[in-house]
Amino acid sequence: MDANFAKENEPMYDAPLGKNDVDAKDTKIAAKDVQVYYGDTHAIKDVSVDLLDKTVTAFIGPSGCGKSTFLRCLNRMNDTIDICRVEGLIELDGEDIYDKRVDPVQLRAKVGMVFQKPNPFPKSIYDNVAYGPKIHGLAKNKAELDEIVEKALRRGAIWDEVKDRLDAPGTGLSGGQQQRLCIARAVATEPEVLLMDEPCSALDPIATAQVEELIDELRASYSVVIVTHSMQQAARVSQKTAFFHLGNLVEYGETSQIFTNPVDPRTESYITGRIG
Amino acid sequence: MPLLWLFLIVLAIAAVGFVLGRARALASAGGDVRNLHSLPSYYGNNVAIKTVVPAILVMLIWLIVQPMIVNSTISGMIPESSVAENSSLGLVMSEVRRTAEGLDNAVANGDMTEEFARDARADFTDVTQRLKDAGQIVTSDVTQPILRAAQSYRIMNATGNLIMSGIVLALALSGLFWGLRDSHAAFRARNTVEAAVRALLIGAASIAILTTIGIILSLVFNTVEFFRLYPATDFFFGTSWAPSFSGRGGSSDLGVLPLLWGTFYISIVALVVAVPIGLFAAVYLSEYATPRVRAVAKPMLEVLAGIPTIVYGLFALLTVGPLLLGIFGDDGLGWMQAGTAVMTAGLVMGIMLIPFVSSLSDDIINAVPQAMRDGSYGLGATQSETIKQVILPAALPGIVGAILLAASRAIGETMIVVLGAGAAAKLSLNPFEAMTTVTAKIVSQLTGDADFSSPEALVAFALGMTLFVLTLGLNVLALYIVRKYREQYE
Ligand SMILES: Nc1ncnc2c1ncn2[C@@H]1O[C@H](COP(=O)(O)OP(=O)(O)OP(=O)(O)O)[C@@H](O)[C@H]1O
Ligand SMILES: [Mg+2]
Repeated sequence: MDANFAKENEPMYDAPLGKNDVDAKDTKIAAKDVQVYYGDTHAIKDVSVDLLDKTVTAFIGPSGCGKSTFLRCLNRMNDTIDICRVEGLIELDGEDIYDKRVDPVQLRAKVGMVFQKPNPFPKSIYDNVAYGPKIHGLAKNKAELDEIVEKALRRGAIWDEVKDRLDAPGTGLSGGQQQRLCIARAVATEPEVLLMDEPCSALDPIATAQVEELIDELRASYSVVIVTHSMQQAARVSQKTAFFHLGNLVEYGETSQIFTNPVDPRTESYITGRIG
Repeated sequence: MPLLWLFLIVLAIAAVGFVLGRARALASAGGDVRNLHSLPSYYGNNVAIKTVVPAILVMLIWLIVQPMIVNSTISGMIPESSVAENSSLGLVMSEVRRTAEGLDNAVANGDMTEEFARDARADFTDVTQRLKDAGQIVTSDVTQPILRAAQSYRIMNATGNLIMSGIVLALALSGLFWGLRDSHAAFRARNTVEAAVRALLIGAASIAILTTIGIILSLVFNTVEFFRLYPATDFFFGTSWAPSFSGRGGSSDLGVLPLLWGTFYISIVALVVAVPIGLFAAVYLSEYATPRVRAVAKPMLEVLAGIPTIVYGLFALLTVGPLLLGIFGDDGLGWMQAGTAVMTAGLVMGIMLIPFVSSLSDDIINAVPQAMRDGSYGLGATQSETIKQVILPAALPGIVGAILLAASRAIGETMIVVLGAGAAAKLSLNPFEAMTTVTAKIVSQLTGDADFSSPEALVAFALGMTLFVLTLGLNVLALYIVRKYREQYE
């Protein structure tokens, strides 16, 4: 049955599966028995997962299953929510990120994030991108900063659209442009891990392709985690896929395996569109 | 018929109209609400509005106009001779009204028959005696002309009221039928009700605007009157404030500059105290404080805003003044002569303004979306970096508005100045000297026994006008800043 399923579905995903092969890589982030509570709601249950370095990992699952919540645990963004409680162990390069000695600010510089909803600052496009590099002192002078900003905007696939109006407010861009600006803003700080929460949900196919290209490029040096509702996108860009359902990590494995040969019946139903 | 009854009857007619209109409309649609243009209650409301509004409007106008007409007619009836020396027509008229009221009460108590009260030939000594017997307060003996006037007054009012009741009721009933005639399925009752609601709202807005215009006009006229008596250039550019009071003779110096300077100086000291403290308190409360601290601290800060300014004035006079005098006075640095000074009033006013700035800024900072903070924290910014570079810029227009609001409060503040800053109008840079402000001088110019038509009293209006123009300018500036900023970022 699994074999049939694979054959039926293969043409749906245009990415050559060979590209998604994973070499032996180091673990970048290791999560063990993570539980997250919002007040009394148990949003993440017993999730253990090893996210690899220089790999794109896709989180898929129905709406409300806890993908964003788990993602936010990885750079301690949940600290800003008063009612949120995280238990369990999450290690970045073997170091517990919830340890008292770890500074969440430093951690977030290393683990960047692009949010589900675009949230540019009420500043100029230039200042939006320069914000992170300035805070972390990445540029020695204005020329260097200009260079960083341009590179980031290019990687965010938005340079051509905004190069003539870098002084215009970032909030004046269209929704899709804002999202790419936020991506540019996140990559400008050169994080080691980039967490992307549905980065393409507001983008057209061309911009989506550009962002996917960027993700693929980032993979050379970083670890990327992407939440997506598009199975095709997950299959195209990721090497590893994690399927969440009702706060549980149901299945985690090679993308090619998850999409062709899922072990859990729930995964199979989800990717074939039967539960959502 | 007493007014209250008339009013209640009109309301009752309207209530009946509501029920009837509703039922009629429903019946015309064959009992099916879906066939009606509007919901049934709209038809009821339509009838009720048509019943009440014209009737009550006419009643209100009548109530305003009738006393005017009656008064002027009656005053015409009183012969010149019965207005005694040292008296005036106004006093005689109030005597007439009192007598008329006395007659009313006597009739109501049964001490007099209605015919007797109206009898034009009644012996007036008898009437006075009867009124006194009935316990009515009639000051002097009621004279013949006054009794006659009082009798006509009563009769005119009674007929007037009767005609009014008739007209009002007739209007209410015709409104009722007008509304009922329209209560059929195709009538757009919903739109009619909408128009009535709009008229109501426009009415409320116009009352507010008209009152403002009235106040401004009265300011303007009195100011013009003042400038007729006192040269405008001397007022605006005079550097000395030394009003003389009419009794002592001599001319006054009424230059506004020392007062404006005092106002500005004290306000600036107050803002220098209030803005940083208020803003930082707001940032702490909205960004750093735990919910529990916030729940306690925010109301406590707002209590400051509830303290009457006279209490702040006492605080300035009795606590802050002596304290400052101890440090900067002759025993200390020797800069200060007395407890009342710009510094005293400014500090206390600053304390008064802290909750203004903090409470408004706090709301504004809280209105900055969480997504902004998340975006900044997600890039590895610390809390203070986030506040300084993302939240405060996003909240800036609102904060500027809050500060300018506090500034207009400071400029308009009176009690603290009266008690804390002294009364000397001075142009000086020393913040430890006594000075005074525009508001404090308005009070002192009007509370003396000066004649209200003298320039010394009328100057109060010119001062008020100056203050008004200043605060208006400040508000316009605030709007301009806010709008410009908005254009840039939205
Ligand atoms: N700030 C919050 N306070 C309380 N409950 C929350 C909060 N954020 C998320 N939740 C709850 O946690 C659960 C998981 O939410 P989460 O946002 O992680 O879902 P998701 O998988 O990202 O969904 P989507 O695909 O729609 O973005 C949901 O049931 C949600 O109601
Ligand atoms: Mg989500």
